[in-house]
Amino acid sequence: MLAFTLKRTLVALLVAVTVSVISFSLLRLSGDLAQSLAGPSATAADVIAVRKAYGLDQPIAVQYIDWARKAVRGDFGDSFFFKEPVWSMIATRLPVTMTLGVCALIFALVIAIPLGVLAALRPNSWVDRLALTLSVFGQALPSFWFALMLMILFGLKLRWLPISGTGTWQHYVMPAIALGYYGMPAFMRLTRAGMMEVLASDYIRTARAKGLRTPTVLFKHALRNAIIPVVAVAAVQFGFFLGGSIVIESVFALHGVGYLGLESISRADFPVVQAIVLILASIYVVLTLLADLLNAFLDPRIRVA
Amino acid sequence: MAVESLARIDQLLEPSSGALLRRRIFGHAGFLIGVAIIAAILAVALLAPVLAPYDPYDQDLSRRLINPVWFADGSWAHPLGTDQLGRDYLSRLIYGARISLLIGTVAATISGLIGIGLGLAAGYFGGRVDMVVTFIITTRLAMPVVLVALAVVALAGGSLHVVILVLGLLLWDRFAVVTRSTTMQVRALDYVAAARATGCSTLRIILAEILPNIMNALIVVATLEVAQAILLEAALSFLGLGVQPPLPSWGLMVAEGKEYMFFSPWVITIPGIALFTLVLAINLLGDGLRDLTAPENRS
Repeated sequence: MLAFTLKRTLVALLVAVTVSVISFSLLRLSGDLAQSLAGPSATAADVIAVRKAYGLDQPIAVQYIDWARKAVRGDFGDSFFFKEPVWSMIATRLPVTMTLGVCALIFALVIAIPLGVLAALRPNSWVDRLALTLSVFGQALPSFWFALMLMILFGLKLRWLPISGTGTWQHYVMPAIALGYYGMPAFMRLTRAGMMEVLASDYIRTARAKGLRTPTVLFKHALRNAIIPVVAVAAVQFGFFLGGSIVIESVFALHGVGYLGLESISRADFPVVQAIVLILASIYVVLTLLADLLNAFLDPRIRVA
Repeated sequence: MAVESLARIDQLLEPSSGALLRRRIFGHAGFLIGVAIIAAILAVALLAPVLAPYDPYDQDLSRRLINPVWFADGSWAHPLGTDQLGRDYLSRLIYGARISLLIGTVAATISGLIGIGLGLAAGYFGGRVDMVVTFIITTRLAMPVVLVALAVVALAGGSLHVVILVLGLLLWDRFAVVTRSTTMQVRALDYVAAARATGCSTLRIILAEILPNIMNALIVVATLEVAQAILLEAALSFLGLGVQPPLPSWGLMVAEGKEYMFFSPWVITIPGIALFTLVLAINLLGDGLRDLTAPENRS
């Protein structure tokens, strides 16, 4: 288990470094950063001055190593736009995105697991059909549009929830639904398939034969085993939620990391963008690493592979 | 491992009790509906100059935000009303179909080439090659797609070509994951061993023995990716860093209508429904294809 843990951790670190190299190069190579910074009305001399001032005239490898050396110590430099440390800007926004991600995950699981279990218990019933229809339709809904529709319904027509901003828990309800909806089909399918497999297994028949009550069999024996793959995928999905929250946060003007990312992109504030990409990627890497280790812990066969 | 668990999700998408069930529910009606809707949208896109009643770029500020025909004050002159610049909404919707279809198919082709190439290499050669490819896939999965796409489009300028290229270069992960796992399964089969024994070259084995046998799975992934690319383009354009005005992208139309959505909700409802219908049709087509092409389902 120790060797497995070490190996996975090393790979995870390597992935994080590679992501930082790729995103750094992408941001430097896909356009002229100095031009974007100086603005459309800048003269050629201004652009050269900007390039010098921010060290953009150095070779890209030098720029990267410079950046990475500081980043390792948690220093992501200063924002081009606000002249304040990037890290503190992100740190104040991160809790919002994390809260949104957690709420979205809870929403998705709370809907998906019971539906998946019911669908597995009664294949072909109306619950099963409802679950299926929900997932087929859900995959086709554009997230930003779904969010706007929620806004019109709950914010404008029913006036139950605030339309935009950050502050109270009510501000998180619609964003969490809009974001969590996308994780639901995968969780539902996994729960359903897992439950059906487990319910057909010998130990469930044994449990039933012993005369245990149905709820005990279902929840203590079946669900516990069926849910293992869901836990692993939930960790990965949470990472995707954080990355995808940029769209939802922008719609609801929720001041999280994603919204900061979008604003920074439009301000050509690339130290911030660079740091956000790295932080989101690192969170994803850590989550998948934890999911891997959890899986290996629960299922010793994986450790060998 | 993330790659493995994703492969597991995709295997669940393979014909299973769930897929059989889905077939029973939607029957092949789902497939037929999907094909019919896509054919209709494709025809509309191709015949746009004939079908559109107005020039989609023609502004007329005296005719701003006219209500669609089903409102009391609507008229058949503008069946879906006009937008905030007085452009005919139906004409913009019709031309918008071209953009979505173009972006979906071209981006999925680019990502297909990358993903299938990587997946074939990993699945066929295994060992170190597989390790490297798995690492590349994991790295790609760790990158926040929307953020990276937005940043690149912002720097490179939001033209149609840039958006297509960026989406194509970012969305190959599912192709790679599925190609890798299906290639591994097929490679272990007898006919591949037979081909190797008769002295076929590696390239021939991959192209003539393996690729045709994993094609079914890849076509299903392709439909998913077309749908994904269309949705992502709409999201990028909605955020203002995708296709640029005055092009009538459906995502952009929602963005432009957002300001007016509380007074005239139809401004965002109409393009949203168009997007939803197209993506739903593509997904139904994918589901149907999977059911129809899986040999074990032919009964």
